Amino acid sequence: MNPDRNLGTLLDGTLHDTLAVSLPHFRPELCLAATIVLLLLCRMLPLLRHVDSGFLALGGVLFSLFFAWDDVLSLRGGAWVSAIGDLLAGRQELFGGLLAFDSLTAYIRLLLAGFLVLFILFTKVSGIPDSEDGADFYTLVLGSTLGMCLMASANHLLMVFMAVEMASVPSYALAGLLKGRKASSEAALKYAVYGAGAAGVMLYGLSLLAGVLGTCHMPTMARALASLDSMWMPGGTGLALAIGGLMVAVGLAFKLSAVPFHFWCPDVFAGAAAEIGAFLSVASKAAAIALLLRVAFGMGTTGPGPDHAVEMAALGETRHFIVGVIALLAALTCTLGNLAAYGQTNMKRLLAYSTIAHAGYLMMGVAAAVALAGRDADASRSAVAAVCFYLGTYVFMNLAAFAIVALLRNSLRSEEIASYAGLIRTNPGIVVATGIVLVSLIGLPPLAGFISKFLVFSSIMEAVSLDAERPLMLVLLVVGGINTVISLFYYLRVLKVMTFDPPPADRTADAFPLVSIPGALVTALVVPVVSLGIFWSGLYAFARLAGAFAS
Amino acid sequence: MGIAPTLAVTQPAFWPLTLILFLPAIVAGLLALPIIPRGKDDSIRWVGLATTIAVFILSLWMAVPAIFGAGSPGQFVVGEAGMQAVVKQPWIPAFNIEYLLGVDGISMPLVLLTTFLAVLAAAASWPIEKHVRPYWILFLLLETGMIGVFVSLDFFLFYVFWEVMLLPMYFLIGIWGGPRREYAAIKFFLYTLAGSVLMLLAILMLYFASDVRTLSDDQLLATHVVSPVLEGADRTAALTAVHSHPKPIHTFNLLALAAIGQSPVSPFAATSFWGMTLESWAFLLLLIGFIIKVPVVPVHTWLPDAHVEAPTPISMILAGVLLKLGGYGILRICYPICPGAGLSFAWLVCGLGVVSMVYGAFAALAQKDFKRMVAYSSVSHMGYVMLGLGVWSAVAGHEYQWDAWAQGVNGAMFQMLAHGISSAGMFFMVGVLYDRVHHRNLEEFGGIFNRMPLYASLAVAIFFAGLGLPGLCGFIGEVLVTLSSWNYSRLLAVCSAFTVILTAAYILWAIQRVYLGAEYKGPHGDHLTPMTRRELAIAVPLVVLAIVFGVAPQLIFNYITPTVNRQVETLAEWTRSVHDGHPAAAGATAAADNGAVELQATIDTFTVGGGR
Repeated sequence: MNPDRNLGTLLDGTLHDTLAVSLPHFRPELCLAATIVLLLLCRMLPLLRHVDSGFLALGGVLFSLFFAWDDVLSLRGGAWVSAIGDLLAGRQELFGGLLAFDSLTAYIRLLLAGFLVLFILFTKVSGIPDSEDGADFYTLVLGSTLGMCLMASANHLLMVFMAVEMASVPSYALAGLLKGRKASSEAALKYAVYGAGAAGVMLYGLSLLAGVLGTCHMPTMARALASLDSMWMPGGTGLALAIGGLMVAVGLAFKLSAVPFHFWCPDVFAGAAAEIGAFLSVASKAAAIALLLRVAFGMGTTGPGPDHAVEMAALGETRHFIVGVIALLAALTCTLGNLAAYGQTNMKRLLAYSTIAHAGYLMMGVAAAVALAGRDADASRSAVAAVCFYLGTYVFMNLAAFAIVALLRNSLRSEEIASYAGLIRTNPGIVVATGIVLVSLIGLPPLAGFISKFLVFSSIMEAVSLDAERPLMLVLLVVGGINTVISLFYYLRVLKVMTFDPPPADRTADAFPLVSIPGALVTALVVPVVSLGIFWSGLYAFARLAGAFAS
Repeated sequence: MGIAPTLAVTQPAFWPLTLILFLPAIVAGLLALPIIPRGKDDSIRWVGLATTIAVFILSLWMAVPAIFGAGSPGQFVVGEAGMQAVVKQPWIPAFNIEYLLGVDGISMPLVLLTTFLAVLAAAASWPIEKHVRPYWILFLLLETGMIGVFVSLDFFLFYVFWEVMLLPMYFLIGIWGGPRREYAAIKFFLYTLAGSVLMLLAILMLYFASDVRTLSDDQLLATHVVSPVLEGADRTAALTAVHSHPKPIHTFNLLALAAIGQSPVSPFAATSFWGMTLESWAFLLLLIGFIIKVPVVPVHTWLPDAHVEAPTPISMILAGVLLKLGGYGILRICYPICPGAGLSFAWLVCGLGVVSMVYGAFAALAQKDFKRMVAYSSVSHMGYVMLGLGVWSAVAGHEYQWDAWAQGVNGAMFQMLAHGISSAGMFFMVGVLYDRVHHRNLEEFGGIFNRMPLYASLAVAIFFAGLGLPGLCGFIGEVLVTLSSWNYSRLLAVCSAFTVILTAAYILWAIQRVYLGAEYKGPHGDHLTPMTRRELAIAVPLVVLAIVFGVAPQLIFNYITPTVNRQVETLAEWTRSVHDGHPAAAGATAAADNGAVELQATIDTFTVGGGR
């Protein structure tokens, strides 16, 4: 054997894999990376210093959005729809198995890029960051989003860790963006310390898993798991696996702000600007849920192959463990988020707890999807689709909520709920918009939030009716139902203050009118909340497509 | 799912029903735009009133073809039992959710009641001076929600409309209500939302257990799963597509769910959780959701608060229409879809009915607040509805006297409509008085008859209708329900008869304290001016209807009896086949013959009842 020739083949293979296979599916991320470099370059060159960094970032993100859209379209027209039974055949592994490109990747990237466009427009309207901070701000936001895209497509435990860190580290800096404010610095520090702790635990868990299974490549790990006789084998292997899995769950729970790893969330949301809250509550959550799906399905299911049925049966115990952990976290997160939101007086803190609660509903959907995976692949796909649809509507609901908070802060100089008293008398349009958003967050028809909840609950019910983890799913249903009623209290309280209460005597400035640029932004975000509640077939078709990733 | 989309053109009822349903919402949307400038409150009121009148005329055109000269295909055919004027458009194909509307003898009168009371409530809204524009927007949205619940045949759509009512109601009570309005509004919202979350769980349960492939071709057409509008090859193709589908086809279609629930081997009875069948769970969850709306003791406590705090027109709507939604839901959804559970929980429904009947009456006796007393009278009167719906004597001694049950259900339906008239009237009468003297304390009234003779006579007429005086509308429903319950349980029958005395007691006592007496000594005595023409225009139609329906109840029975009897008969037949293990086919012909005779007999009973 000629060692040179071997090396040559390897090089050729790698080159081919990178240039011909991987990079064409990596265009949205490449656009983001290029934009980051451009933003940094602009600060160095005196001539380009006057270029508005916001619009530069917007341009780059629009390219990214275009490519993400193109990827989704290529999926739609390609093998995905025609061969619904054999979907994983269309799945591609990029960069030697580090990343996976499939419909979930494409959907989440589209969601993130679309969110980023709206988010940048929103920050331009709200005025944070100012021109001084602009370049830093957008660099960090784009960098974090790049990490989130990687979270959505991670196929390898190392990549999971890298992606989580890449998404988190810029967020720590973002949380401290309001440099003069003590609360902001405190939030950033808390966030960073919690994040570092969670990352350490997760890394330890990853190393345990990798040590037992001999690889970090998730599909291979699943096959290895399937070939083990039982989780509780002698020699502590099972214990090591369980502990490793739990430690990875800690890292994911931190990103999801799931109870009991949620403590950073209210402090960060309250301390940082509302814009940061919007970014963290939507983009970060979407990516974390996508990553949860990736890890849960990556470890708990195997792709098509000669022994698919046998492997899936062998992985039943693993899935049982995963579902148990996710369901428990989901129930806790949802309940505690809703209960804690009740006592809040600051709108941003309230929305932080609302974000936590919604993470709980989303995780319920993930639990149902994993539970269904071994029972009925089609039902499992619907469950993933429900989660993806939820994320799609969540973009509009929560971004609109934070946009209203930020824009009201600009005019009222306050983020306390009490300061919104009696706004209906001067600004009925804004109050109606807020009402639509909050009612949608409660989940009442005919708004988008209801459809999302309906889809998630129906997936859990489908799991019940197909006898997939029935007792656990029944518990989730009951918990979800009770929580919907609890959540009514605090969302409605905000509306009550806005409409029933008399305006405070010391209010100096009016809120912004609906017919203005900020008003137009709010309208643009609220209209989808209504229309997606009535005409949801379109978004649901895309969500179904994303759901097809589940084998 | 292979169900070809049908065109609006081939569905004559598409535009009439859609307009009745969405015209208020569209006008509400237009009012939200700044078309009518600020300060022109009267224009807004007129637009609102005109809308409700237009909707009422449209629904009258549909429901009473005789007035307009029968003949249009979209109109309702009185005396036909089946679902009519069905509109079917796909909405969300992925879940088989459809824009499926239709009316039958049960829903058509309720739609008419809704549109009629909406006109009167709109007229009664004139004194509302605060935030006129939002008030009317919410009022019109509420009307769309109410009508939507009555005409929806798709469970998902039903649920959407059911929830759409909540928010307008919350604000209508919370902004325009009395001193404790915020508490009353949130209490109303919480109770109803808790009920509807349970309902949502039941909806999902039934959805995932259903499979329309098990239905026969005839049933698929009858339940509009495959539109009977399709002809020839299209129809065959659509039917084949359903039957050859590889996986179960779930459905939200209420008619299809009922057909599945009544099949000899109901899939709803096949699975069980925690020792109860899915059917029983669904029945109980739905029942809780509906009885909160009815409301029934012990989940009635939101009602007195909501009624007392709500402004007069909203109280009229609340008592006249919203309470009927619960009864309608039980009749339309609980019993047809879960007949087995309905049979085994008959004692529960009847028991709850009698308990709230008696409790409501005693509570009404104890009230010092006029409006609160009327609110508790609603609890008591709706108890008759529950008792009538629950009386299931079909298997009493295995004799299958379905007519006794039909009598109860017919009585319950009539009671709902009659109570819609009388309770709206009573709340309006209380409101007239409150507008003048600004208090409702029963102890401080008296002598109103001398000061406002016309008002007092109209009010007394309405209160007598509520009391159930023969010759007025309240009598028929109560007497039918009481009679029918005799076969089921003597004890319950005695209790419900006894309640009539209590009802007489609290209403007569209230009349005595308010209208009789020498002179009015309470506050604001100088404000006791005669009724205005607007107030008369609201009160007189209610009094007239209360008398007309009391004297000629067949006007209503012509609508409801065919549908109710058919539903009850089908369910009794089902019970015979399942309960006794008789094959369904054996008794079918005999029952059909019997049915025709019994039907005539039942209608005769009603006519006699009316003449008494």
